Formats: sequence, C-alpha cells, structure tokens
Amino acid sequence: MKKIDTRVWLLIIAATAFMALAYLPTIIREGDVVFALTDVFLYESMINGLLLGGVLALLSLGLNLIFGVIDVVWICYAEIVMLGMYGIYYFHNVFGLPLLVAMPIGILITAAIGYGVHKLVIQHLIDSAPINQLLATGGLLFFFQSAATLAFGIEFHNIGVSLGSFPLTQDIFISWSRLAAFCISALAVGCLYLFLTKTFAGTAIRAISQDREIMTLMGVKQGALYLKTSAIGGGLAGLAGCLLVLQYDIHPFIGLSFGPITFMICVLGGLGNMLGGFVAAFIFSELIALGGYHFDLEWGYVFAFVFFIAMMFIRPEGIFGKRS
Amino acid sequence: MNSLTLPVALAGILVVVSLIGVPPYPLHIMIVIMIWSFTYTGWSLMGRFGLVSLGHGAFMGMGAYVTALLWNYGGLTPWLGIPIALCAAALLAVIVGYPCFKFKITGHYFALVTLALTEVVRQTVIATRDHTGGSLGFTPTPKGNDGASSLMSLQFDDKETYFLIAVGVWLVGLMIWRMIDRSMMRYALEAIGEDEDSAAAAGINVTREKLKITVLSAVMTAFGGIMYLQYQLFISPDTVGGIGISLQIVFAVVAGGIYTQLGPTFGAVVTLLLAEILRVYIGTDAVGLDNAIYGIALVLFIIFLPRGLLGSLEARLFGRT
Repeated sequence: MKKIDTRVWLLIIAATAFMALAYLPTIIREGDVVFALTDVFLYESMINGLLLGGVLALLSLGLNLIFGVIDVVWICYAEIVMLGMYGIYYFHNVFGLPLLVAMPIGILITAAIGYGVHKLVIQHLIDSAPINQLLATGGLLFFFQSAATLAFGIEFHNIGVSLGSFPLTQDIFISWSRLAAFCISALAVGCLYLFLTKTFAGTAIRAISQDREIMTLMGVKQGALYLKTSAIGGGLAGLAGCLLVLQYDIHPFIGLSFGPITFMICVLGGLGNMLGGFVAAFIFSELIALGGYHFDLEWGYVFAFVFFIAMMFIRPEGIFGKRS
Repeated sequence: MNSLTLPVALAGILVVVSLIGVPPYPLHIMIVIMIWSFTYTGWSLMGRFGLVSLGHGAFMGMGAYVTALLWNYGGLTPWLGIPIALCAAALLAVIVGYPCFKFKITGHYFALVTLALTEVVRQTVIATRDHTGGSLGFTPTPKGNDGASSLMSLQFDDKETYFLIAVGVWLVGLMIWRMIDRSMMRYALEAIGEDEDSAAAAGINVTREKLKITVLSAVMTAFGGIMYLQYQLFISPDTVGGIGISLQIVFAVVAGGIYTQLGPTFGAVVTLLLAEILRVYIGTDAVGLDNAIYGIALVLFIIFLPRGLLGSLEARLFGRT
C-alpha cells in the first residue's frame, strides 16, 4: 500500500514540476497567463522534445539490455554508436552503396563490435568488481574515439541525406527523421519485449539476469548467452546510429554528447527495465527541450542531470525499478 | 617503500637540478607532471578504497573556475580566491557525497552519479558562456593590467618558481597520502570497502568516514585544478573538467598503481611522457594515437595488472600482498 502511495505522489509532483517548468518562466517574464498557455513555440519545442525522447530511448535500449542482463556498464556504448555511424557513412558515401544497404551493414558492424567487446574484454573480467568492468570499457572509449580520429580524421562528415520536414500546423514543423526515430524506437522496444518474453533465447536471457549461478547449474551456457546479448546490444547501437546519421554530423567525439545522458536514462529507468528506460528517456528529453526553450540548451542538460542526481537519492532503484 | 624518504630525496634532486638550469621545455614537462601527480594522488585517496568517482572533473573545474572568475570579475587575489574555491569544491562534495553515502549508492551507481555531476559542472560552464567563455575557454587577466605584483596574482614570469611550488605541493600531496595510510581512517575505509554493513555493525560511522575522504580528495583535486590554472593561465571545460578529464585521472592512477604512494605519480610520468613523445616524434599526423594506446593499455592493465605498473613491481620486489 505504502509503495503505491509514493508512486502516486511522485507522479503528482512530477506533473506539477513539468507544468511549472513549461509555463512559469513565460508567465513570470511576460506576466500574461493566456499568452503562456497559447505559446505556439512552446508546444513546438515540447513536440520536438518528445521526438528527441524517441532517439534517446533507442540509444539507451541496447545499453539497458546489457546493463540488465550482464550487469556491466559499457561506458563506451555511445562510441560504438559513433563507429556504426562511420560505417554507414563509408559504405554509403565512399563505397557508394544505397543507404538501405549501408544501414544493415552498419548494424552488423556494431553487432560484431559488441560481440568483440564481450569476448575480448568483459569475459575476462566477469568475476571482478563491477567498477573494473566499467573502467575497462572506459579504456575502450578512449580507444574507439582515438582510433576513429586516426582512421577518419577530425573533420565533420555528413551523409548528405535529409528527409526534410512537414508542417503539423501553420507554425509547427516536424522533422521526418525525428518522427522516424520515434516510431522505430517504439517498434524496437516492442520487438525486444516480444523477443525477451516469447522466444526461448529471450526467456533464457531473462532467467540468467535473475540468477547467474543457478542458471549455469540448469545447463544454460552463460558465456554463449552473454555473447548473444552483447551482439544484440551492439546491433541496437547500430540501429540508433542509423537514425542519428540522418540528423547529426559525424565526428569522432559525437559519443561524448550522447554517452552520459544514455547512462543516466538506463539508471533512472531502473537497470534493465525497458519500460522504465523508455519513460526516463522522455522525461530527460522534455527537460532538455523545455530548459532549452526557456533558457539555453545547456541549461536543459543541467536540469536533466541535476534531476537525475536528485532522483538517485529519492529512488535509487529507478522510477520503475523494484526495491531489492 | 611507502615512507617519505624516497619522495623527499626525489624532490631534492629535482630542485637541485632545476636550480642548476634545465631548458624550458623539459622544465615545463616536469611542472605539468608534478601538478597532475598531485591531482592523481588526490583521486587515489578515494579510489584505493573502492570509491571510484568519475566526478573529479567537476571538482577540478570548480576549483579552477571559481578562482579565475573571482580574480577577473572581483579582482580578488588568488590568495583569497583559492580558499573560497576549495570551500566551494568541498561543499559540492558534501552536497553530492552525503546523500550518496547515506542512501548507500556504491559501485558503478556511485560512478554514474558522479559522472552526472561532472556533466552538470561542464554544462553550467558552457551555459554561462557570457562570463566563463564557454567552450572557448577562459583566460585570467594578466597581472600587468591592473598593476598587481606576481605575488598578489600568483602569476610568475619564470618557470623555476612554478617548478618549486609544484614540487612543494606534490610533496604535501604525498604527505597527506601517507597520513591517511597510517591513520585509523584507512582501516575503517578498508573495512567499509569490504562490507559496508559489517563495518557499520563494528561501530564505524560509514557515512562520515566516506564523506571525510571524499571531501579531502575533492579539495585536493580542486587545488590541482587551481595549480593548472595558475600555471597554464588558460582553462576550458575540456581541459579542467568533463568526462575526458575524469577518465584520464582514473586511467593514470590505475596504470601507475592505485594502492601505492608513488603509483599516481608514476602513472602521471608514464602517461604524460607517452603523450609528449608521440607528439614530438610522430607529430600531428597521429593525433589521437596516444589516447588509442592509453585505451588499450588501460584495458590490459585492468585485466592483467590490476595493481598497476609500480604496484606490481613493488609486489614482486618486496613480496607485499
């Protein structure tokens, strides 16, 4: 009973805070409530925030899977996304393959990288302290970033494909690529959910995330499953990369702008909780969008990170996590 | 090996050498190594007890930016600015550390919360670009402009002065390390690192012990940032803060040896020399090669040499476990 109460309270507080952040700055600045409520650009940035949430949700999906199943934090996850983006760029713009062929190749590349990360690094550290695993992937972050700088240079690349935008109303324009990101992200969450609940491999993955030792006794090959999970996680990074190349320029340090927020989403959602991660992505994206609309894009990020730190103290197990 | 004899002897030799005369370039490298060694030592105070913080970029940035902003806009001499900046860093450490330790946020959760802190500070610096210069960086006003003396502005014309200060600060850092190493606090923190609940049951105030070491470590790191500021006279969110610096700190300490007194120093020497050698001999064609080597080395160290270079050497020489 008590648990439900806290959740309801949190929901009310969250909704109030959201409304306050959305309308109060304008009301204070303009002193006009009607104007604040009918501000078209406010709603535009809210919708854009919603669509950004789709991208963030997709970004955190693979990391969340690995997080939840193997209990490892891949600090280098966003760098794998970056490598996937380079893969797509090279196969599309340099080797001249059509985009719809280059994208699956990009996904295959990141899946292979994910497999490699587990096979070559994590497997050797599976029994050491979690923090060592985190630091080892921190080493990979440096490596991927610098390898990309060495191989591709520090110039910004763009695949030169834009899906354009369409008008929702007279004043509000929606970018197709963001809408696509949003839909594909929702689709990917659904597919992953079905995979985890309906297939044998998915059930085994869920079981092993609950108890490593017992599942090994039940005859499940832990190592093979972990490798499979890592490859899927890597592939999801590639999928996120496919959508990011449509919206952003590619450069070796792009991972740094997405990396931190991706981890925060996973932790805020409750480790390995897909639905929680999905919701957390939208909370963050709205904070960033509203903060960016009223103040400055960076303030949006500051709000998001401060919110994360505060939430860690209130609900360390994540918004949808179970208390252990 | 963990006594102060070796560091003092080393410092003595370095000071004598610098007085005889060292060309500016090697002297510059030595100063940078000393400053970073101090910062790394500060981080290792926490890191050796399993409190892996990725938030030290935040403390470093806090120290450097508060000092620089007070000097530029308030005209406040670093003699006063530094204590204020250190207090600010300590306050930040308490604000984040206290709830963390109270609510038992440990392991990689702690690392991620502190990582968020790093980002908060970095983004705040960028967001207040009207005053801090944002990503373009920030330069403290040279002393000449308002006629302040070297001593007031703590900006010196010759590298020798900086070197002597850096060596002194580095020695103090090692003394603090040794003080902690010989204190009851160390045993308390080691017990906490093994098992928090048992440690609490044994009568250790877990939150307070952790908070003490965190504040100490944060203040040292902030001071390292201030040293960097006063020497380089240029700071930017990426040179004194951000996830890059946080990871750089962790890497150098892990490479050198997290459990030994001179490990962080050794890590600083190895990593900074590697970067310089690659830069000088390979040049700009290989931008990023040093980081690529670091990255792979870090992974290999964690898998094969978790005690670090110096730590493993010591274990082999003296059979310490």
